[in-house]
Amino acid sequence: MSAYATDVATLARKDVLLELRSRDTLPAMLLFVVSALVVFHFALPADASDRAEIGLFWIALVFTALLGLTRAFAAEREQGLLDGLVLAPVDRSAIWAAKAISVVVFLALAEAVALPAYALFFQPVGWELVAAVVLADVGIASIGALLAAMAAASRSRELLLPLLFLPLAIPAVIGGVGASVAENPASFLGFLALYDAVFAILAWASFEYVVTE
Amino acid sequence: MIRGREIEKRFGDKRVLRGLDFDVPEGGFLLVTGPNGAGKTTLLRLLAGLAAPNAGELEVAVERAHVGFLAHEPLVYRELTALENLDLYGRLYRVPERRERTGMLLERFGLWEARNERAGTYSQGMLQRLALCRTFLHDPALLLLDEPFAALDDQGADLLQDELAGGRTVVVAAHDPARLATLATARLALA
Amino acid sequence: MSSPNRVAAAALATAAAGLLVGGIALAIFWAPEDADQGFSQKIFYIHVPVALTAYAFFGFGAWKALRLLSTRDSRYDLESYTAVHMGVIFGLLTLVTGSIWAKTSWGQWWSWGERQLVLFLVVFLFYSAYFMLRYSTDPGPRRERNSAVFALFGVALIPVSFLAVRIAGTILHPTVFTHDDGVAMPWEMFLAFCICLGGVLALAATFYRVELAGKRIDASLKELREQLA
Repeated sequence: MSAYATDVATLARKDVLLELRSRDTLPAMLLFVVSALVVFHFALPADASDRAEIGLFWIALVFTALLGLTRAFAAEREQGLLDGLVLAPVDRSAIWAAKAISVVVFLALAEAVALPAYALFFQPVGWELVAAVVLADVGIASIGALLAAMAAASRSRELLLPLLFLPLAIPAVIGGVGASVAENPASFLGFLALYDAVFAILAWASFEYVVTE
Repeated sequence: MIRGREIEKRFGDKRVLRGLDFDVPEGGFLLVTGPNGAGKTTLLRLLAGLAAPNAGELEVAVERAHVGFLAHEPLVYRELTALENLDLYGRLYRVPERRERTGMLLERFGLWEARNERAGTYSQGMLQRLALCRTFLHDPALLLLDEPFAALDDQGADLLQDELAGGRTVVVAAHDPARLATLATARLALA
Repeated sequence: MSSPNRVAAAALATAAAGLLVGGIALAIFWAPEDADQGFSQKIFYIHVPVALTAYAFFGFGAWKALRLLSTRDSRYDLESYTAVHMGVIFGLLTLVTGSIWAKTSWGQWWSWGERQLVLFLVVFLFYSAYFMLRYSTDPGPRRERNSAVFALFGVALIPVSFLAVRIAGTILHPTVFTHDDGVAMPWEMFLAFCICLGGVLALAATFYRVELAGKRIDASLKELREQLA
């Protein structure tokens, strides 16, 4: 394996291990997404359409992702550990890639619970929704990993991250909901792939500038 | 190895370093003194490449892979064990014979018995020792140490002093330079 | 400002005033009325130039951000920030004029079917977040670089959102009104439009220069104070 891939693997393993050991983010995400779905049930009038329910799933997803992202660089922030990684002779973008991978892992775990819960509470889940969720995860994780590092440098991090993130998440929501309800999901799924590619490349290239001076 | 001319560093409106000149040849030992808030940590961060000066020229002729930095924080993950922490840094710094070297350092600094406990359970002194293990892990050519004797007991301090006499290029920031006075080849006092 | 700069600035401001007044006069009195919408359509002569100017500022801000990242010259931070600032101000104007247009055209202050307006709203939200980023980060290289990277994300968001809103139109919100800007536009309308566009751009450039000069003076003052302290 190339040195870069090895570094990403090393760091990703560290990130996943840290979160599993701290045991707070994953349970929180799981509980949050299920609670959100229940709240949404009560928020919808009785004759709400199937489409409205799909929309609410995506809202739950975005906010669960935000919950997870707020914790993304928490350990590094609290203990100044990002310095330790920046000092090391690794490509800084590898730090981003590892963080994005670990975010995808946690999102996937949360969705493994959310999708069945959604199927149980609302309506059956089609393959289009699952495909859209997978694609959206990549984009959300890519953007989120970068923004979390940005917010870590600011004073009001918990407030800032949602504000920076939500406008960028709008295309993902459009793509996701579209893929779930449209007759032709392919164009929306294709759009999501484009969204992923554009922002992943941009985040990969600019992470260096966010963590160094 | 290190050369600084007219170095200036500001944080917003506050100017922390101004008009600083210094040279550190290979194998040299620079002792940076000054009270708290004088900018010792800032200077070390500039040398480590974690920050860039606002003005002046700074040359550090060493790559990241050969710099060992001991910061205010130990820079270890609390949820990982000492062994896991050093294994992580060992991989990132591509330390040859990583396991042997890790074991050797943990033993040298008296942490071998506690190697499988999470760093979060360590005392301040143990954390500082672990941080020193991390700093020396990749056998760096340049050492940048910020208050290295803080929280160390006499035994730890002796260990460190032995390591520092090894012939590497060293820059140490200390507000109480008693132990290092004999080792230093040059001094820089910050106001 | 130095003398040649002063002359240039004055010339620009005069041109702006002239073009704008002339353009608006032409738009109101000379250009023919739109067959469907009547007089209320005339707000388009201000709305579209203002929108284009806002986009131009965001693009310009991203360009300066790129320069900052590649040269590490702090000078570009102020330029990028000012450009985004102007973009947001003109963006607000765009939304207001767009809203007025919506009200006079089909009776509502807002319409989700109006694609360009929706796209603009997303972009506007993004760049408003830019200010939150700036305000909550302490001044220094960190803030400069984070702002620059965020500005670059903004210009990537513009085409992506455009595409998103476009494909969303088919299933999420029925498009209320599709207008062909300029496709079947009589030449008088087009001329009046161009003059208005020129005027708005010149006005925008004037504002930009004034704002930038003001920020530069602030920065110099701070430095002087620092040196005296």
